[in-house]
Amino acid sequence: MGSRSFLSRLRNGDEIARLVTFLFAASVVLITVLLIYELWVGAALSRHKFGLVFFFTRVWDPIAEQFGALPFIYGTLVTAAVSLLLAVPLGIGAAIFLAELAPQKLSDPLQFFIDLLAAIPSVIYGLLGVFIVIPMMREWVQPALKNTLGFLPLFRGPVYGMGFLTAGIVLAIMVIPYIISVSREVLLSVPRDQREAALALGSTRWESTWKVVVPFAKTGIMGSIFLALARALGETMAVTMVIGNTPTISSSLFSPGYSIAAVIANEFTEATGDMHLSALIELGLVLFLLTFILNGLARLLMLLTTQRGSGMGHA
Amino acid sequence: MKRLAGTLLLVVAFGGMLLADNPLLINGAGATFPYPIYSKWFDEYHKANGTQINYQSVGSGAGIKQVTEGTVDFGASDGPMNDDQVKAYRAKNGIGILHFPTVLGAVVPTYNIAGVSGALNFTPEALSGIFLGRISKWNDPAIAAANKGVNLPGNDIVVIHRSDGSGTTYIWTDYLSKVNSDWKDKVGKGTSVNWPVGLGGKGNEGVTGLIKQTPNSIGYVELIYAAQNKVPYGSVKNAAGSMVKADLASVTEAAAAAAKTIPDDFRVSITNAPGKNAYPISSFTWLLIPEKFKDATKRDAMKGFLKWAITDGQGVVENLSYAKLPKEVVDKELKAISKVQ
Repeated sequence: MGSRSFLSRLRNGDEIARLVTFLFAASVVLITVLLIYELWVGAALSRHKFGLVFFFTRVWDPIAEQFGALPFIYGTLVTAAVSLLLAVPLGIGAAIFLAELAPQKLSDPLQFFIDLLAAIPSVIYGLLGVFIVIPMMREWVQPALKNTLGFLPLFRGPVYGMGFLTAGIVLAIMVIPYIISVSREVLLSVPRDQREAALALGSTRWESTWKVVVPFAKTGIMGSIFLALARALGETMAVTMVIGNTPTISSSLFSPGYSIAAVIANEFTEATGDMHLSALIELGLVLFLLTFILNGLARLLMLLTTQRGSGMGHA
Repeated sequence: MKRLAGTLLLVVAFGGMLLADNPLLINGAGATFPYPIYSKWFDEYHKANGTQINYQSVGSGAGIKQVTEGTVDFGASDGPMNDDQVKAYRAKNGIGILHFPTVLGAVVPTYNIAGVSGALNFTPEALSGIFLGRISKWNDPAIAAANKGVNLPGNDIVVIHRSDGSGTTYIWTDYLSKVNSDWKDKVGKGTSVNWPVGLGGKGNEGVTGLIKQTPNSIGYVELIYAAQNKVPYGSVKNAAGSMVKADLASVTEAAAAAAKTIPDDFRVSITNAPGKNAYPISSFTWLLIPEKFKDATKRDAMKGFLKWAITDGQGVVENLSYAKLPKEVVDKELKAISKVQ
């Protein structure tokens, strides 16, 4: 390597390819930095006025110019948590079936439908929520939950049909295809030897899947969950159509709420006051921070669990 | 193949340059509420006079911002600019900004109550009480008194409001601020407010959809939307004490009744207007035009359009369910156009 001069490497195209791909890679970092900078600068007015209190107050009053992010942070986290609680077991279960248990004849067409689901624009999911999920929740699901599990604070209060639970369910429907698609690919890429070794040791089909294949693919499956989490945190259109758009903090999942992305989309265009605009930009910054922290925590969790395990699965 | 692509590229490039060089291209941005009529006007005026006007319906707030920044030639808003915004405009541009009313709109209360099919009557006290959360049952005396003979249920009222920032909300809250001092002190008026009660729906269609789905709900939508989509709506008691169901005539009437007191800069709210047949939740929508244009051709084209819009242009507004400007206001505006220099 050292013997070839820079010029010859340039002539062969190596150096050019290296430079060009480096620039592409660097542009990602540049865009992220620029984004944070712009949000930071745009939020200056609100940052200076409210400081850290912004994170802990719950009043959002554009007329009095009092802004607090707490109800929006709460709504974003609760809906994302509900959606992952529902989507992770369902998605991973479906992926295991498609990759390990289903015959190819069934698995491939099903995968086609799942990819189709992943490509549906979110506003369509919002419509699904408005016309199907909300009436169903109001007429059936929420009254049933109230009657059976009403002793929990989670399932109390008036039933409107929309709210945290409905938003979580619609989000779950949206993120399941991501979890299935990615997890299935990862499971399929587990080497044949691993399965055969397990079977040769006398384990059943299910034991080989659950105790060998799935742990081997753990990193990739976690990756699919991160992707789902990112989408759930940032989803705007579908959430705003079903969440009720009221900045409340309530222990009840039936209560209407609001999410960060939804309030930005709703109020940005008609925000006339500078402070209002600045507060909305700061909410954007908060969402960025939230995604950053959650992703970091998830990665940490993964690191800890894989070290405890067999150490396999790292590519 | 390559040659064809090259030729196409040249054509596109030259075409673009020709368009860009058109001296009569005027750019505007702002309110979404009047967008249907504006785009019709711009189209018709372009056919008749060759002046091309581009309009982005980005929202009133963004319209005010863009005209202040000078990125567009004119703005448009559903609410007049407040004193701070006018001051900010002058500070930034060294000239004033003029408001010109173009058409009128109204906001109507719409509801869905099990077993009630006819149009309900609402007093200002009932509307403000409901939206403040103080009146929480449909059979509350404040509602029942104005609706004798209607069998109102004892169910809880579900309030539905707009979740997106909107000129419709501005008009609605402006009205509530005028008829109820508590509303004025605690909530106020604006495109987005801190609602005491209720759920938010996105856009007129979101609010209407929620109301249709939610039993015992009440909300508010634009008259145009209600008329075009056959959404039933109630009457509102006006300042003169008569119950008025909104239609184009009663909205124009509200502007006519307020015409005598309209200030010279046209920055006025006509909610709760006097006049026996005036619908109380009506409003102008405005074009925001700089006092001075650097480019004389542009200025003349802008003035030409403005004059056409408030005179000949008014002929087509009712087809699109907007209410026309009353004659008194048109006369006053025609005089004001000369202020644009």
